[in-house]
Amino acid sequence: MVETNISKEVIQGFVDGTISVESITLFAVVIGAIFVNNVVLSQFLGICPFLGVSSKVETSLGMGMAVTFVMALSSIVTWALQNYILVPFDIVYMQTIVFILVIAALVQMVEIVLKKVSPSLYQALGIFLPLITTNCAVLGVAIIAVQKDFDLLTTVVYSVSIAVGFAIALVLFAGIRERLETEDVPEGMRGVPIALITAGLLAMAFMGFANVVPLP
Amino acid sequence: MSKLQLITRGIIKDNPTFVLILGMCPTLGVTSSAINGMGMGVATMAVLIMSNMVISMIKNIVPDKVRIPVFIVVIASFVTIIEMLMKAYVPSLYASLGVFIPLIVVNCIILGRAEAFASKNGIVDSALDGIGIGLGFTLSLTAIGAVREILGAGSIFGYTFAGDVMPLLFILAPGGFLVLGYLMVLFNKLAKR
Repeated sequence: MVETNISKEVIQGFVDGTISVESITLFAVVIGAIFVNNVVLSQFLGICPFLGVSSKVETSLGMGMAVTFVMALSSIVTWALQNYILVPFDIVYMQTIVFILVIAALVQMVEIVLKKVSPSLYQALGIFLPLITTNCAVLGVAIIAVQKDFDLLTTVVYSVSIAVGFAIALVLFAGIRERLETEDVPEGMRGVPIALITAGLLAMAFMGFANVVPLP
Repeated sequence: MSKLQLITRGIIKDNPTFVLILGMCPTLGVTSSAINGMGMGVATMAVLIMSNMVISMIKNIVPDKVRIPVFIVVIASFVTIIEMLMKAYVPSLYASLGVFIPLIVVNCIILGRAEAFASKNGIVDSALDGIGIGLGFTLSLTAIGAVREILGAGSIFGYTFAGDVMPLLFILAPGGFLVLGYLMVLFNKLAKR
């Protein structure tokens, strides 16, 4: 099921034994999460920062990095909570409450630790961190990863790829919007409507990736 | 502000989707059909009314510093209750809304109303505010879902009239952005008059 669209070199490497089955599956997870099922443009998670933050390429990059950092951390923590606390004690119905509290606390903690340990990184990411608690992509990815029953490695790879996909969408979109600012947009369409229509066209472009790799 | 105004302002003047532009993720994510949009709207409205009432009740005993985490726990509890109820009584709707049901927790409309309205007003007013904003959200989501379903699948509320001659694109992700964008333009034009 994985081989269908992967190039000849990869198949050759697979036959020679230089590429393992695990890495091919992980590769499919990475490409699937970044391009095929892009978190913003095809799964509709994290739309608020997508529309709110992305008017400059620079701030979009900062936001993308902050989200990657928090998503990787939170996916490890929520994976451990799910497998070592919620499932053994048979309280999976507490999932939503536990996850959102853990993510909110984690974001606070990351903020405090960064401030002490690396002021320069805090300077770069600091203003975006409080916004992340309300970014539904973080909670959404934690829940999806748990639902798909990934192991720890796949969970981390999956959430980092999702975050990279988020950053790519954000930066692309910011680039287009910087251009849009100088264009003469019809009055009723200024602001959010034209941003949504632009996002629609971008999503259409991303549909072209649909047949590249089978969905993980 | 009169009681009736509390309910009606959420529909046009303070419409959460088209005017305040809040809760965009579920707005785009679940509106591939009218019935899904409506289901999501009603679920959100239920959580909003309950959480508004409880937060209005406890507003005087919660210390100011920890109010946001407390609000989130209250909201998350009601989301869990709604999730369990939907799983038991409307399993097909539960399956098609998927991950967006637990994500009602991070819907900015609910925390926004808790912070801006329920933590300053009485129980009855907070409940009415929840009904008003919830109605506005439900109507918007149903409208977007209906347009996408008509354009993309040639059906309305599951009743098919055109079959598969319609472009599937409107059911897919790009259609969500496009339909919401154009409906927002239309809403702004009509509301301005």
